[in-house]
Amino acid sequence: MKALLICEYREGKLLDASYELAAFADKLGAEKAMVLIGSEAEVPKVNGTVYLADAGKYGEYNPDVHKKIVLAAVERENPDYIVFVHSSYGWDLAPRVAATLKAAQISEIVNIVDGKFEVGICNSKLRRNVTPTTGKAVLTIQAGAFSVTDASQGVPQLERIDLADGASSLEFVGYEPAEKKDVDLTRAEVIVSAGRGVGKKENVPVIASLAKALGGELGASRPVVDAGWVEHSHQVGTTGQTVSPKLYVACGISGAIQHLAGMKKSDFIVAINKDKDAPIGEVADVLVVADVLQFVPALTGMLQK
Amino acid sequence: MKVLVCIKQVPDMESRFKANSSGNWYDEADLAFRMNEYDEYAVEQAVQLREQLGDAADVTVISIGPDRVQEALKKALAMGCDRGVHVQDPVSSLKDPWQIASIIATFAKDKGFDLIFAGMQSQDRGSAQVGVTVAEQLGYSCATTLVGFACSDGVITAKRELEGGLKGVVKLKTPALVTCQLGLNVPRYPTLPNIMKAKKKEILSIPVADILKEEALATTTSVHPPARKGGGIVLEGDLNDMAAQLIGILKEKTAVLR
Ligand SMILES: Cc1cc2nc3c(=O)[nH]c(=O)nc-3n(C[C@H](O)[C@H](O)[C@H](O)COP(=O)(O)OP(=O)(O)OC[C@H]3O[C@@H](n4cnc5c(N)ncnc54)[C@H](O)[C@@H]3O)c2cc1C
Ligand SMILES: Cc1cc2nc3c(=O)[nH]c(=O)nc-3n(C[C@H](O)[C@H](O)[C@H](O)COP(=O)(O)OP(=O)(O)OC[C@H]3O[C@@H](n4cnc5c(N)ncnc54)[C@H](O)[C@@H]3O)c2cc1C
Repeated sequence: MKALLICEYREGKLLDASYELAAFADKLGAEKAMVLIGSEAEVPKVNGTVYLADAGKYGEYNPDVHKKIVLAAVERENPDYIVFVHSSYGWDLAPRVAATLKAAQISEIVNIVDGKFEVGICNSKLRRNVTPTTGKAVLTIQAGAFSVTDASQGVPQLERIDLADGASSLEFVGYEPAEKKDVDLTRAEVIVSAGRGVGKKENVPVIASLAKALGGELGASRPVVDAGWVEHSHQVGTTGQTVSPKLYVACGISGAIQHLAGMKKSDFIVAINKDKDAPIGEVADVLVVADVLQFVPALTGMLQK
Repeated sequence: MKVLVCIKQVPDMESRFKANSSGNWYDEADLAFRMNEYDEYAVEQAVQLREQLGDAADVTVISIGPDRVQEALKKALAMGCDRGVHVQDPVSSLKDPWQIASIIATFAKDKGFDLIFAGMQSQDRGSAQVGVTVAEQLGYSCATTLVGFACSDGVITAKRELEGGLKGVVKLKTPALVTCQLGLNVPRYPTLPNIMKAKKKEILSIPVADILKEEALATTTSVHPPARKGGGIVLEGDLNDMAAQLIGILKEKTAVLR
């Protein structure tokens, strides 16, 4: 069994997530080859073939061209699986490769169980095992689900890929950096976060008061930020900040993977949720089953005494 | 400009889910359904474009599924789409993303849509495949995960959301397909007069057998609850008791309370 792993590369650097692909292939028991559209200086340290195409020439984000590069590697390597990270790069490119090959795609794999791929559905409240029925399959793996155990120290064998036709229907204009932060959540020892379960903007101070009573900062889930209740600099998760405070209190947050990715390394996690089955319960040390708007003021009151 | 919006109806994620008796999907009984959250942003962006272009734009909204998906279509019409298309499929759930994309692409082919909007993913299944696959099947240019959108003279400037707050700006020409991320805009609530007006708008029904020619590429072998790690303490009951218990636990287990 052979897996072709598509590395992630951005702003001139190989992203660490690329090594998670290798960890996945090892768990699957597959022979590895990799594709890097990047630079020679950043080639991953793994044993096996690494197909290298020059990002200086083909661009860091150029899906039409990257698709052709991946297909050229598929042609040479003839893998059973073509594997991406489920990220803004991977979920953009994977379906393009799959559609061209007419291969099944299985998205955001969290585990391998008896050789079958397990994915989450309904906000991870259920799991689903999926099997491709095509000879080749395209897979994307959940970021963080396959952890890298040892620092890779292999010696790659480079093979270059050059395309005759680099035409693209899309023009990459440039990156826009993240907004300036007015709080640095990564330094906070205590974070109390508001989720959609707080109901409306007017209720956010209830959560902020608890944060204050615990000597911590206010955090938030994404919908709360999107709705403009709280500034983006307070957002926790894959598209916000990654935090690991001594205490994280999630108020009315369901526990979507993109939120968990930003806070699950916290030392101690308390979740307050009216839904006993909310996925946040999976990572919480204490789950308080209650209405946040009733429980939080009671808790804050008791702390202030 | 001819615009198509793809919407899916999904169960409310706060529901309790359990596997169905055949163990290949979730049990639909007692679930409340609503428009996929990501698709609300897609509808809103299409309607804003229609407002920008006036009668030079025409917005069709399509959904594949059983009769209940007409509710989602009606909401999209009340938000401002011009016409609806319901591809009737009592078992749309059993289709894989490749088939769902094929249905949409087959419908859209030869209709000259300049721009197609889809959600970046569905809330229940979340493959993040259908939109891009439709674009591939139609040979359209495609950008995903949009948090910014502008269109003038057939050129789309799209702001893609990357990880950790970084964004990437791209330009693409029509015909194109874009997938919408949370926060792209502020989806409107349909007003009562618009709900009334929407009742007069057409919803075309097409039996799925008429336009589906593709076999599934993947099968579900089981649906099951996640393995519980356990370990966590669950507090239930009286508010003040729980607050006191929690303070006790925090004093014992963390260094933040003394
Ligand atoms: C590419 C991508 C990136 C993303 N990045 C992020 C990110 O960085 N951060 C992030 O947070 N999300 C992110 N998301 C969104 C994520 O998928 C979820 O949609 C989001 O985290 C849900 O936020 P929530 O838990 O506040 O809301 P919901 O999922 O709506 O959950 C609300 C919860 O509150 C509970 N509740 C409701 N009312 C009450 C009450 N009165 N009392 C107590 N509990 C109550 C409910 O039971 C429910 O569990 C991203 C999504 C994508 C696709
Ligand atoms: C009740 C139920 C039972 C199911 N049972 C199974 C099963 O047994 N086996 C299985 O493999 N899958 C099953 N599914 C999954 C379902 O068929 C998938 O939702 C479908 O394949 C699309 O994939 P996705 O939701 O991951 O789409 P994504 O690729 O995540 O969706 C992205 C976007 O595509 C568009 N889109 C997606 N679906 C539709 C649609 N129906 N109509 C119009 N636009 C759409 C929307 O714009 C959406 O935002 C079931 C779903 C439901 C609701």
